[in-house]
Amino acid sequence: MAADALLPAVVMVPFGGALIAFALGGRWTRLTAYATIATGTAIAACIARASLADGQTLVYHVGGWHPPLGLALTANALAAAMIAGVAVVVCGIAVFAHRDFGQPHAVREARAPLVFWPLLLAVWGALDLAFVSNDLFTLYVALELLTFGGVPLVCLDGRAETLRAALRYALFALTGSILYLAGCVMLYGAYGTLDITLLGARVRPGVVAWTATTMMTAGLLAKTALFPLHLWLPPAHAGAPAAASAALSALVIKGSWFVVVRVWYDAMASAVTFASAQVLAALGAAAIVFASVTALRQPRLKLLVAYSTLAQIGYLFLMFPLAFDATGSAIMHGAALQGGVLQALSHATAKAAMFMAAGLVYAALGHDRIADLGGVARAMPVTTATFALSGIALMGVLPSGAYVAKKLMLDAADASGQWWWGVVLKGGAAFTAGYVIHVLYRALRPNTNVSVAPVPRASELAALGLAIASFLLAFAGTTAIGTFDLGGTLVAVGGGALLAIFVASKGSRVPGVALCGDLDRALRRWTPASLFLLLLATAFGVALKAGH
Amino acid sequence: MTALPLWFALVPAALIGVGLYGIVVHPQPLRKLVSFNVVGSGAFLLFGAVARRGAAVPLNGDPVPQALLITGIVVAFCASALAVMLILQLHDRSGDTSLEPAGEA
Amino acid sequence: MIDALNAGIALLLLALGAYAVMAKDVFAALVGYIAYGLLLTLAWMQLRGPDVALTEAAIGGGLTGAMLIAAATRLRDRDAAARAPMPGIGARVLAATLSAVVASAVAWSVASLPEPAATLAPQTLAAMPALEVGNPVTAVLLGFRALDTLLEAIVVVLALIGVWSLAPDKAWGGRLGRLQHAQPDGMLAYAARILAPIGIVIGMYIFWIGADLPGGKFQGATLLAAMWLLVWMAGLTDAPAVDRRWLRAMLVAGPLAFVAIGVFGAVQAGAFLAYPAGLAKPLIIVIEIALMPTLTLVLALVLVGPPLREPER
Repeated sequence: MAADALLPAVVMVPFGGALIAFALGGRWTRLTAYATIATGTAIAACIARASLADGQTLVYHVGGWHPPLGLALTANALAAAMIAGVAVVVCGIAVFAHRDFGQPHAVREARAPLVFWPLLLAVWGALDLAFVSNDLFTLYVALELLTFGGVPLVCLDGRAETLRAALRYALFALTGSILYLAGCVMLYGAYGTLDITLLGARVRPGVVAWTATTMMTAGLLAKTALFPLHLWLPPAHAGAPAAASAALSALVIKGSWFVVVRVWYDAMASAVTFASAQVLAALGAAAIVFASVTALRQPRLKLLVAYSTLAQIGYLFLMFPLAFDATGSAIMHGAALQGGVLQALSHATAKAAMFMAAGLVYAALGHDRIADLGGVARAMPVTTATFALSGIALMGVLPSGAYVAKKLMLDAADASGQWWWGVVLKGGAAFTAGYVIHVLYRALRPNTNVSVAPVPRASELAALGLAIASFLLAFAGTTAIGTFDLGGTLVAVGGGALLAIFVASKGSRVPGVALCGDLDRALRRWTPASLFLLLLATAFGVALKAGH
Repeated sequence: MTALPLWFALVPAALIGVGLYGIVVHPQPLRKLVSFNVVGSGAFLLFGAVARRGAAVPLNGDPVPQALLITGIVVAFCASALAVMLILQLHDRSGDTSLEPAGEA
Repeated sequence: MIDALNAGIALLLLALGAYAVMAKDVFAALVGYIAYGLLLTLAWMQLRGPDVALTEAAIGGGLTGAMLIAAATRLRDRDAAARAPMPGIGARVLAATLSAVVASAVAWSVASLPEPAATLAPQTLAAMPALEVGNPVTAVLLGFRALDTLLEAIVVVLALIGVWSLAPDKAWGGRLGRLQHAQPDGMLAYAARILAPIGIVIGMYIFWIGADLPGGKFQGATLLAAMWLLVWMAGLTDAPAVDRRWLRAMLVAGPLAFVAIGVFGAVQAGAFLAYPAGLAKPLIIVIEIALMPTLTLVLALVLVGPPLREPER
């Protein structure tokens, strides 16, 4: 089947392009990157058409060898959606970064432009590999590729603080990788294969399955920066250049999250329990509350957007308990999984747009202090609109990808009777609205004295395009959008405004907020965070055992 | 199938534990990296024990884990190298390789 | 009898590993780590994995140990982190307890592995004749799971790009690392002159026989890289500049050739990275030859570091 042959292509084209762009150097790097992105996007579109429109699951056996000895690549509709969505985000980042990472005229080759494009392409290739690979060890290689691509992006500007952030990220991510690999070792020892489909058929609940799942999950959560393992993300994402931050928040994190989905839904489906899924979602809910409140306390825009990423990562883990059926006995591929994938894509597009907007503001004003954002709305209407649109898209109140995702997950919550996650889903919008309103309020304040440096129109439009794409995702699903939920919108906006007023302005006197601040400072130190990593590894193990 | 010498299964598990302790506790990133390598070699030894268990005449061990191990060792080395270079560059630019954010340590 | 040997090696490994983690002085810990690496090679021989033993000895023990000691020497004088206090006793007890829990869970899992052992050895033996190689590990690496090896080649180049990205902006275009000085009549220069040619021959031999006997490109490339590093450390040669075209071309030629052969397989044999009948062994040898320069360069240059000197003009 011709479409199946696209699977190795969608992985190899970005990597091949990265290598050639690196080798050619100089002025050719960006050009090669653009050619690669055009080709890769075309391939992604073909895969999307084959899988989403025609409904087939693509399967490819590399080298003609079949599992368990060989490697298989698969893409069902959800993987195809991720491939297509990521391609759109990469296009947006490429247009946005055109001027920042073009070669300067004076020298033949400068460091940052040479390094940025191969890293971006490598991250893209690694993500596509994570989406299509059906083997846990190949996924390990994909995770390492993502780390090796992401770490240099963090310290691309070469300052000491970003080097420190990159080192923290590297060490924590490597600890996660080795935990994941240890889990793979035990699975192979027990079942003689690392192919996900075969494991799904062979895995039985038992000590080996529980230990493997717990170590792999803990390691992957460390790489995804789920609360309380988020110590590395805020300084890493906030310190990187805007295009790199967009790539890190929108793309890199989705890789390890997708591997968690594959492990829980496919490989270890017989071993995961309702209780352990509740633990995952509880961490997600804590992430939403904690990170949104902490975002409101940030003085700098890029840090606020980074904490917003932490909050949105929490949403991505609410889908796990909601995938269990009403009796809580088996995890199913259903509305919750679709909702989760749609949420991931909405976040990818909207967050990339938000970081791009923040970067443009920084470039224009020379700083990104939220308190001094007055006048930006008048001086940079496109960028302000981008920020507003991406924020509204993330809130999930107006028809947007996040809105449909939330609807799917609410349906799953009703079907399985888990009303408490319904409350979290509905209330989370208010938390997101809080920091969006906080920033827009400052930006909309008039200030005739603000001096604004010009920014590339192409970059502004690229950011706006991605924000609009987040809305267009509403039409991606087959679920009807339904009527406009006025009540929910009012609750979200009203709640958000209240949060913005109380937390941002008077926050230090509110006891809960001070607690969040202290918790954030405590958790961003290595010792507590790494202790939590081990604690989570133990907690999941207990939850998995207790469920049987 | 060869009976597994239990030593090469229990000791690697202990090495993983010892290395994890080191990763949590040492303030100096270079010591964390050494501990990470100890965890890594423990996990690899476990895989090697699994490979040995899977021996089938005329092979002395299951070749698939052995092949994966070679890949794993090379990847772990590259990761260590990247981390070491980060540590050295951080040291060159700030004199302090500590992981805690400046001003909050 | 043999079991007593295994027990001895295992317990000594645990002691050395614990020492490497917990010793107070960083140099003592590193010496412990290097001894640990050497003993690991012995453990691998006991586990009947000669390919892995070679790789572990060369990369895990040799290159990693050299890299860590060089780093510790650079950091010795000024590093503030070295003077930072360890966490309090409560945190350390908690860390020890949780680590012990994780280790026990792993040990319990391993003890619960089913008998008879799950293995792919029979399938490997059955499928190997199609590839015409005698070494089953090579059959897995370049045959059944060739995609993993291709991706690994990309991983190593990406790691080098990452290391190079750490250069200061003004040093871009300059030579890699710092200029090494050694006594021209001293021991290091002497060892470099004597050992390097021998090491190169041995490295090439290990690479060549890897198709049918333990060995292969990873182990051979490590030896070649180590010999180059020896010559570099002795000051007898200098690292290339980062923007040299030949350097870039040699770095990417390996993975790109691998991809090209994969595409050739897709066209001729119906699947990416498949081998047409009868061409398996020649193609595998071509891939190994193509990857040697890439691996050697990466393993050597990743220890040299990013460009730190301004470009010569």
